[in-house]
Amino acid sequence: MAAVKYTEEEELLILEEGHDPHFHDHHHGDDKYRMSFISHYIFSMDHKMIAKQFLVTGMFWGIMGGLMSLVFRLQLGFPEESLAWLKPVLGKWITISETGVGSLDPEFYYALVTIHGTVIVFFVLTAGLSGTFSNLLIPLQCGARDMASPFLNMLSYWFFFLAGVVMFASLFLSTGPFSGGWTAYPPLSALPQAMSGSGAGMTLWAVSIILFVVSVLLGGVNYITTVLNMRTKGMSMFRLPLTIWAFFITAIIGLLSFPVLFSGVLLLIFDRAIGTSFYLSDIYIGGQALDYVGGSPILYQHLFWFLGHPEVYIIILPAMGIVSEVLSVNSRKPIFGYKAMVYSIAAIAFLSFIVWAHHMFMSGVNPFISNFFVLFTLIIAVPSAVKVFNWISTLYKGNIRFTNAMLFAIGFVSMFISGGLTGIFLGNSAIDIQLHDTYFVVAHFHIVMGVAAFFGMFSGVYHWYPKMFGRFMNPVLGKIHFWVTMIGAYAIFWPMHYTGMAGVPRRYYRFDSFEAFSYFGEINQFITIAAVVVFAAQVLFIINFFYSIWNGKKQTTVNPWGATTLEWTTPIEPGHGNWPGAIPVVHRWAYDYGKDGRDFIPQTEPLGENESESH
Amino acid sequence: MNFLIILLCIILIAVIIVQIGKVSELASSIRGEEAAERDSNNWSARLLLAFLPIFLIGCIASAIYYYPYMLGYGPHESASVHGLELDHLFNITLVVTGIVFILTHIALFWFSYKYAAKEGQKAAFISHDNTLEIVWTVVPAITMAYLVINGLIVWNNTMADVDPGEDIVEVEAVASQFLWELRHPGKDKVLGARDYKLINALNPLGQDWRDEKNIDDFIMDTLFLPVDKKVRVRITAKDVLHNFYLPHFRVKMDAVPGIPTYFVFTPDKTTEEYRQGLKEYGGMWLEPADPEEPDGPRRWETFEYELACAELCGRGHYSMHKFVRVVPQEEYEAWLNRVEQTSYYLNNVRGKKNDPHKGKQLDIEKRFYEIEAAAAEEVAAPPVTQEPTTQEATAVEVVKDSVVVIENAH
Repeated sequence: MAAVKYTEEEELLILEEGHDPHFHDHHHGDDKYRMSFISHYIFSMDHKMIAKQFLVTGMFWGIMGGLMSLVFRLQLGFPEESLAWLKPVLGKWITISETGVGSLDPEFYYALVTIHGTVIVFFVLTAGLSGTFSNLLIPLQCGARDMASPFLNMLSYWFFFLAGVVMFASLFLSTGPFSGGWTAYPPLSALPQAMSGSGAGMTLWAVSIILFVVSVLLGGVNYITTVLNMRTKGMSMFRLPLTIWAFFITAIIGLLSFPVLFSGVLLLIFDRAIGTSFYLSDIYIGGQALDYVGGSPILYQHLFWFLGHPEVYIIILPAMGIVSEVLSVNSRKPIFGYKAMVYSIAAIAFLSFIVWAHHMFMSGVNPFISNFFVLFTLIIAVPSAVKVFNWISTLYKGNIRFTNAMLFAIGFVSMFISGGLTGIFLGNSAIDIQLHDTYFVVAHFHIVMGVAAFFGMFSGVYHWYPKMFGRFMNPVLGKIHFWVTMIGAYAIFWPMHYTGMAGVPRRYYRFDSFEAFSYFGEINQFITIAAVVVFAAQVLFIINFFYSIWNGKKQTTVNPWGATTLEWTTPIEPGHGNWPGAIPVVHRWAYDYGKDGRDFIPQTEPLGENESESH
Repeated sequence: MNFLIILLCIILIAVIIVQIGKVSELASSIRGEEAAERDSNNWSARLLLAFLPIFLIGCIASAIYYYPYMLGYGPHESASVHGLELDHLFNITLVVTGIVFILTHIALFWFSYKYAAKEGQKAAFISHDNTLEIVWTVVPAITMAYLVINGLIVWNNTMADVDPGEDIVEVEAVASQFLWELRHPGKDKVLGARDYKLINALNPLGQDWRDEKNIDDFIMDTLFLPVDKKVRVRITAKDVLHNFYLPHFRVKMDAVPGIPTYFVFTPDKTTEEYRQGLKEYGGMWLEPADPEEPDGPRRWETFEYELACAELCGRGHYSMHKFVRVVPQEEYEAWLNRVEQTSYYLNNVRGKKNDPHKGKQLDIEKRFYEIEAAAAEEVAAPPVTQEPTTQEATAVEVVKDSVVVIENAH
């Protein structure tokens, strides 16, 4: 079938309004979807607006989490310097010694570490990343007018928002926010007498997490239903861009694992509130032997990590999807090994459910069990390696355009390699005996699921910014943002491998009680300074982001990156319903770049007569 | 205050950078978008290429710089038998991952540079290559299999419990907020029964005094261990999770309330031997331990093995510190003779209201009378000391006829 010919007037209209072979037939949308301020910006059911809400809320929590890390890094890097200047903000959490040196209260130090971890993992890298891009791209790239249930989608955001409000409120408690680590292991998290943060702080933490789980489930059901049922005509599963595959599988993992966290936290609430002994046994604390008998703290760890491990893939898979798409578009080449990429996402997702106890090699589980978890854990390296090789091969013989999105995608691959390889050490239980709970672990997971996931998120923001706001972010500021973050993130986390190899445990407020851990004053100062610089670069990103919403360079063509996928067939600023006319029909896979001498062939273009669909 | 100034400077720099961004946008619109884009593209490609050697050299150079501090490298050899195997495994993994790290990074940044967009250049249409994909699935799979097999052999050897009847030293480490209580079973080598409900100010571990095994148990302030002998540490906690962590011995295991765990290991270097190793390594180890006392003991002389907590347990988590002392067998026995008299039962419960063995003559007491009688013939009684701190070690030297001589490195 030959391409439809348009008149010049029609071409112009398509340029303005996006792809629409029948745009003059039924011009619905405008009246039907006209909305008030509140229903447009606040209680919106438009997936694009909800995506922006997720993104901006995620950015807020990103800044909060980052600021928290700066405060505790200052304490770690410069324990002798006075933090008294933070007293106006932190109040009683800064204790002034007799010599006038203000330092962070240890309890509040642990609270900052805990909340930093919780909000970055859940609010930023789950809601802010998967929530934003699943919402934005699933309907646009599948060719749907909206999510299967826009109402549930709206609820999903508002439950997330509520979770955030509860977490934020806990920061202002007089007993402090929860401070027992983001994993919230009982008995520390179950007994208010164990730590002041385990009182009301923990209650709010648990409530917040439960609200968040509701949000993830509402979102996930929607993503899965939309991908399965609402793809446009011709969009078979193997014609989907890898972004959608990643979001789809992420949603499945989330749907299967988050309820387990829910039940784990619920039982914890029972232990705290109504005297059950799910996790508690034989405890003597505060001069008192408690009545709890027969529970197991390790049970909680199983329940927690049954979510906790898939969670890291919930974080990284969307980033992988985004990076696959961005690398391909900007190399002007198809993604290398499309099907291998799909299968490796699926394999990683499957394996992610049978490796959870590798977080628990040293927690008192039967050492025999660890054999299985070592095996499955190291098998994950195989699909991960396949993905890395495929990304690198995508660059090979390309014609690479270094947009900011592309730079972050390349940075992502570098981070994913660096952080992934250290996982091979930690996944091997014998080596983990020494490295478990040291800074080596901190370095590993910050690089592989912290920095790498952030890079995927930045890549996505820079790439789809025009789709969200009809403007571009400033490329020069973006490049400064990239280089400072790339170099700075390595400067922060690379040296942590060395302290970890020296055996320095994580979650230490000071290192001078132990001779063996006291040699790294210089490293700790260096890391703190690097963290401040990297944080400054993120502020730059935030400035660039909000400045560009109103003042960025305007998008003039519907498809600025020359991409094949459907989201670029919508008008520059798509209304509710995405396509003003009929939904486009798909005729080919998403990666026809450089085929038959053409720069790119959109998915909407029918196959040529002798053309075979190649992938 | 300094930080405030630094922070303000950073904000100022940010403002300047934003201005640069705006100016550059203006400049590019004057010069023409395409030319500006091509320029910036070339710059990015060059920077990515430059990043590669700087990054790789930085990684390697910094590793060399911190080499003397890392366990398993420099002077920090493992002090236990299984630790050597762990370190070996670590090194194998380091080599394998190191090669992959360097090669993939070279490919990533070199391709980025080499295939940067150029005028007239077209991207090749390569969608997949089955042979290549099979190769890079199979090769990692084989490598991983190799690492898994090696790892699991070491793991199962390390984690194996002791056989019944095996000649070992069993000790108990009880963690609570925020201290370790180390219990030695005494000469009967068996730890007495405990019940958390019995814990009170007069019975800190909740030992059940009806169990005669408890009679000779004593609390150690320093974990004293004989060299080259299998040690089984029974690890438990009173209140929240803790973790029994001996960095130099590659020992780490959670202490779980209600569920006793264990770790079996064999120390193979005495504290003294380890110190000699540090001395031979030289460098920072020859510097004075206390910078304010330039003529005081050197760093290697004050070195001690340490016991730490490695599982977040509350506000004092970072301060759960104890020393570990590994000594030759003879010294260990001499020490045991001396400190068994600190039995908690004999000193605090014996003869009291709650003593279940009241009126009964205990074997251990008979033994103690004999020892006391023998000691009476000696000129001076050995002081009861366990602290391996330098002061006390010197104190021992003063007592010339002491049965026990703690070797001092001076």
